[in-house]
Amino acid sequence: MADPVVPTPDPADRMPPSRLAAYGAVLASRIRSQRSYRANFYTDLGASFLIGFIELAEVWILFHNVHALGGLTFRNILLVFGIADLSFSIAQMFFGHVDRMPTFLRAGTLDVFYLRPQPVLLQVITSEIGLRRLTRALVGLGSLVIGLSLNEIRWTVGNIALLAVTLVSAFLVHSAMLVWAGGVQFFLVSGAEMTNAFVYGGRYAATQVASVWSTPLKVLFGFIFPMAVTAYVPALRLLGLPGPMWLPTWLAWWTPAFAVWMWAFALWSWRQGIRHYQGGGG
Amino acid sequence: MSARLLPYWRLLVAGVHEQSTYRLAMLGGLVANATFGFLKVAMLFATVRAAGGELRGYDIGSMSAYVWVSQGLLGSVNVAGTSDFADRIKTGDVAVDFSRPISPQGAVVAREVGKAVAALGPRGLPSIAIGALVVGMSMPTTPWPYLLGVVSLVIGVVLSAALVYALATAGFWLIETRGIQVLYMVISGFFTGLFVPISLFPGWLSAIATATPFPSMMMYPIDVLTGRVSLTRSLVLLGIQAAWLVATLVVGALLTRAGRRTLEVQGG
Amino acid sequence: MSEPIIATDGLTREFVRRTRSGKLLRDKTVVRAVDDLTISVEAGESVGYIGANGAGKSTTIKMLVGILVPTRGTVRTCGLDPLAQRRRLAHEVGVVFGQRSQLWWDLPVRESFSILAAIHRIAPGRAREREAELVGRLEMGDYLDTPVRQLSLGQRMRAELAAALLHTPRLVILDEPTIGLDVLSKQRLRDFLIEERREHGTTLLLTTHDMGDIERLCDRVLVVDHGRLAYQGSLDGLARTVGAQRVLVVDLVAATPDLTDLPDVVHLGSEGHGLRQRLAFDAERTTAARVLTEVSNRVAVRDLSVEEPDIEDVVRRIYQSQR
Repeated sequence: MADPVVPTPDPADRMPPSRLAAYGAVLASRIRSQRSYRANFYTDLGASFLIGFIELAEVWILFHNVHALGGLTFRNILLVFGIADLSFSIAQMFFGHVDRMPTFLRAGTLDVFYLRPQPVLLQVITSEIGLRRLTRALVGLGSLVIGLSLNEIRWTVGNIALLAVTLVSAFLVHSAMLVWAGGVQFFLVSGAEMTNAFVYGGRYAATQVASVWSTPLKVLFGFIFPMAVTAYVPALRLLGLPGPMWLPTWLAWWTPAFAVWMWAFALWSWRQGIRHYQGGGG
Repeated sequence: MSARLLPYWRLLVAGVHEQSTYRLAMLGGLVANATFGFLKVAMLFATVRAAGGELRGYDIGSMSAYVWVSQGLLGSVNVAGTSDFADRIKTGDVAVDFSRPISPQGAVVAREVGKAVAALGPRGLPSIAIGALVVGMSMPTTPWPYLLGVVSLVIGVVLSAALVYALATAGFWLIETRGIQVLYMVISGFFTGLFVPISLFPGWLSAIATATPFPSMMMYPIDVLTGRVSLTRSLVLLGIQAAWLVATLVVGALLTRAGRRTLEVQGG
Repeated sequence: MSEPIIATDGLTREFVRRTRSGKLLRDKTVVRAVDDLTISVEAGESVGYIGANGAGKSTTIKMLVGILVPTRGTVRTCGLDPLAQRRRLAHEVGVVFGQRSQLWWDLPVRESFSILAAIHRIAPGRAREREAELVGRLEMGDYLDTPVRQLSLGQRMRAELAAALLHTPRLVILDEPTIGLDVLSKQRLRDFLIEERREHGTTLLLTTHDMGDIERLCDRVLVVDHGRLAYQGSLDGLARTVGAQRVLVVDLVAATPDLTDLPDVVHLGSEGHGLRQRLAFDAERTTAARVLTEVSNRVAVRDLSVEEPDIEDVVRRIYQSQR
């Protein structure tokens, strides 16, 4: 077949696309495809909003019965819930499909990723984007904004920086949780519920008043899966309240370190999972 | 057993066997149940303590009983709203189900109930044992709550399977049912008292909850089993559960018939 | 001669299967899916890789492209180590797994192509040319804007093939590409592959159960059985190796008892009370003419035909002889 005649060759036409173009192309197509099933997309958006709303309602019901829990009032907890749910929903939006590895394995999608010249984990991450989670993030954002305005917070540079650092780190911690779960699921093809205990249990934990936890819970969700430091501890710091045993408020500035720890844990888990897939099962 | 009912019994037994093969999933489920259980314990105990040790009829012991029985039921009561039948409608495999000389509704519900019963042993009992041993909980000392509780539990389990079946029939008319399934998950979990017992709801919200079939799936069986409600009240709750079960089965049957007609018209 | 495009040496892959025995105990059994496989495919060759289901074909392919780690032995594909250099290798190889799709099922075919072009970092101009070439040859023009999920199987397989070939790979591996296709779709796919190879000198490794694919497309076959290489060489050679037989079909003028006692002949069957009989003979030991003479000595022959060795039959014999 002859080459089509190009009158004025555009040099850009002969340049290979950038490395990032591949991820961009996939993500853009995911967004287009979700929006093309309109009715469905709106149901999803509604359902997602309701999830966030009902989770907030569950917290509210407890505070409806008592004035304060573990030293925090409902106003205070709005701040905790806001940080936790906003960062969790955004992590879910970008990484939410990573903990559904069994689906990828069954459909053979993973084998196809191996045939492409990009790192497999990056392909898995960028293969989908859950736009429907935007509405849930809105609930988190709303709660955060109300929480920030109803509480007495001194808006020093330090506190503003702390809030920003916390939101980013919390997003990273929750994202890493999903990658960790994805790695584990290579071993437990039917055991997704086990990882849910920590991923979704972790989200539930992140919105809680960690001072009411027993010591094992503080170890599990304070340090191993560092949920308490993603929202509760920074919120205490912003509110100028003292931290409970095991969770002093100076830890609030250490959330980036916890994010690094969680990502290291996640990447290690993913690597083990991939090794198992390539080495142990077919 | 009559020949008419035999296939459903066999399906129920198949469900039991099917579920028993997923040992690892069972273990995973138990880990999840226990983790969530401890988190619920922390928050709800703190709430009871903050209220002065007694809150709307709950003390620490009965709150613990609520937490661990509800966690134990999670493997058997389907609050997720997901089902194989929904997938079978989506893929068109449902045509095979319709070609069989038994009711697809009966077949699906029997199998799901079988799975639910199989999960009670490895997931339900250990969950309650963890609660009793690690946290401590108060359970009734007379036999009646247990006897009625088992009946209530069975109705709750069958009702949840019947509700999820009815939900799945939406697939006959919708291309994608995930949105509906997620809505179901959120609403049923909330109104069945999965995270917070319905008694703690403010009055108007608890009125909405009790107008739905969801408390009959989990909240009422827990109330009856843990002896939180009186004997008469238990019998009333059983009556409400039975009424919801009959209604759900009838609606499910009607939807199946309508769905079958839709398939025949569109040719699946 | 340059390095072969596929070279394996003692390639072995074992899986551990856990089987339930009793209530709690589990037995571990080691299954050798690929067993000491040493093969070599030169650039430009077209090789059929055949074997029964579960013979180890897919496992081999997964090791060739870096999805599975070999238990023992070495493998080099396009001169690269598939595990360590997987991403470089991805530019050189195009793979179609008959059962798994690399297209985005909810998007139009055209969009899958443009995403794949970005993934393989093909310049837009070059991508347009190549896409036009593939679309023309595979006759996909009228469904480029249709979402993949609405395509027929034949249309989808053509799109899958184009997707795997978009980056003009040196080596194309096709795992049962014609499975489930009708005669016409198969024909179209084969014609395309022949043309593509003529144009670009592409090396082809093909697994299939369809002997038509092998006959049309492959210069050489590798037969694998229980993970071991059972035969390599030409298709004709394969037929000779297993002593495949030719079949003489005779239509007789009168119903005749089965001709079971002819020398060097095996009676395969009769129809119409012996009006038509099928007689197999080994071409090395006798000839069609001699068999015919023998038959004519007993009964008058009205019509006859000779059937060549059936490849399916040849392969069946190989599988059976290995068992």
